[in-house]
Amino acid sequence: MSNYTKRTKQELAQRVAKDIFDGAYVNLGIGQPTLVANYLPEGMEVVLHSENGILGMGEAPLTGEEDYDLINAGKQPVTLLAGGAYFHHADSFAMMRGGHLDISVLGAFQVSATGDLANWSTGEAGAIPAVGGAMDLAVGAKQTWVMMDLLTKKGDSKVVQECSYPLTGLGCVKRIYSDLATLECTTEGLKLIDKVDGLSKEELERLIGLPVHA
Amino acid sequence: MINKICKSIPDALSGIKDGSTVLIGGFGTAGIPNELIDGLIQHGARELTVVNNNAGNGDTGLAALLKAGQVRKIICSFPRQADSYVFDELYRSGKIELELVPQGNLAERLRAAGAGVGAFYTPTGFGTELALNSDGTPKETRHINGKDYVLEYPIYGDVALIKAETGDRWGNLTFRKAARNFGPVMATAAKCTIATVHEVVELGKMDPESIVTPGIFVSRIVEIERVATQAGGFKQTA
Repeated sequence: MSNYTKRTKQELAQRVAKDIFDGAYVNLGIGQPTLVANYLPEGMEVVLHSENGILGMGEAPLTGEEDYDLINAGKQPVTLLAGGAYFHHADSFAMMRGGHLDISVLGAFQVSATGDLANWSTGEAGAIPAVGGAMDLAVGAKQTWVMMDLLTKKGDSKVVQECSYPLTGLGCVKRIYSDLATLECTTEGLKLIDKVDGLSKEELERLIGLPVHA
Repeated sequence: MINKICKSIPDALSGIKDGSTVLIGGFGTAGIPNELIDGLIQHGARELTVVNNNAGNGDTGLAALLKAGQVRKIICSFPRQADSYVFDELYRSGKIELELVPQGNLAERLRAAGAGVGAFYTPTGFGTELALNSDGTPKETRHINGKDYVLEYPIYGDVALIKAETGDRWGNLTFRKAARNFGPVMATAAKCTIATVHEVVELGKMDPESIVTPGIFVSRIVEIERVATQAGGFKQTA
């Protein structure tokens, strides 16, 4: 039997936050990545970018103070910090594509050992496709990080040799932060950054089905 | 004398033809020019190609235009939302054509149209399904300085409908918060840009350092009452 405990969503968000540096310009993707904002170390200045034209995005407003002209990429109401700025969409995506953002944190369906990302479509027949800013976020930032559970509910690894879901970007993911381990994607394959206590490298490799270099 | 101020929404929308490409500002419900869209429903132009980030929320605004059967094709990045049921139904029954474009490519294709750029190479979408033409053939690609790019073409609008905050009779505009989104870039990309504002001021009253869209990009302005932007585009738990 396994004698390790998975990181909770909060612990995972905390783990990602630990690697974000003072002064970083960061885009946190819709869903799990938004949790990272709650764990940024105090005293550190991190500027959050929202694709719809905000730098210096703050937390959710108090109930009753929502302004739906000030929303995040998930269309939820947010606030603006002192020093924040608004800008139009072409500028916002120039910030991504032009390599001005330091870190983009995204969720994923699958990531390949060499950093291919699949996070916008399951390719299911009849589903309505929607991509939003996913493809721009994947390839634009100086570093693209993925935050996800290592395994699907069925127990299949979401880190794969080759993505079977439609691709979002090729070789764009630098790091995978998961509930069991933190991995680096390289042209030579996966490299171990850390893993939860009690999980052996052999067991991790067995779960993923791919070699993980120390 | 230049006076771009229109007396009414029907005045502002006059002359829009069937088959036009209409750029509509907004991201979710922020910046959606609902009053102009309602006016376009009244106006009745049909067979439109609409460009917006999304494909309508709930039953109002863009969703109402779709429901009225006036739109043949939509070019957008994120049609599927918690409350996009009008679009979903039309799409599933084959009554509307969809061109899905990554959001940054959408913005840049509009920018290219407004800036007179014939086409451009972008890294976004390279190696994905969205680097294919609608007939399934691959878009042109190119390897430049060690990186792969896809060739994307401009999106020209016949008309742009955008929601701004303050304007003057020369067409200068400011916007409000993140409702700015696609407004300024769409204003550059259309032959005729029509903007609503909540306040029309005397020429010279707008701070020239703070004008976001200079009047050269704007054809018509119409003043409307301020209505608070409603929530939309996400599942509300409360």
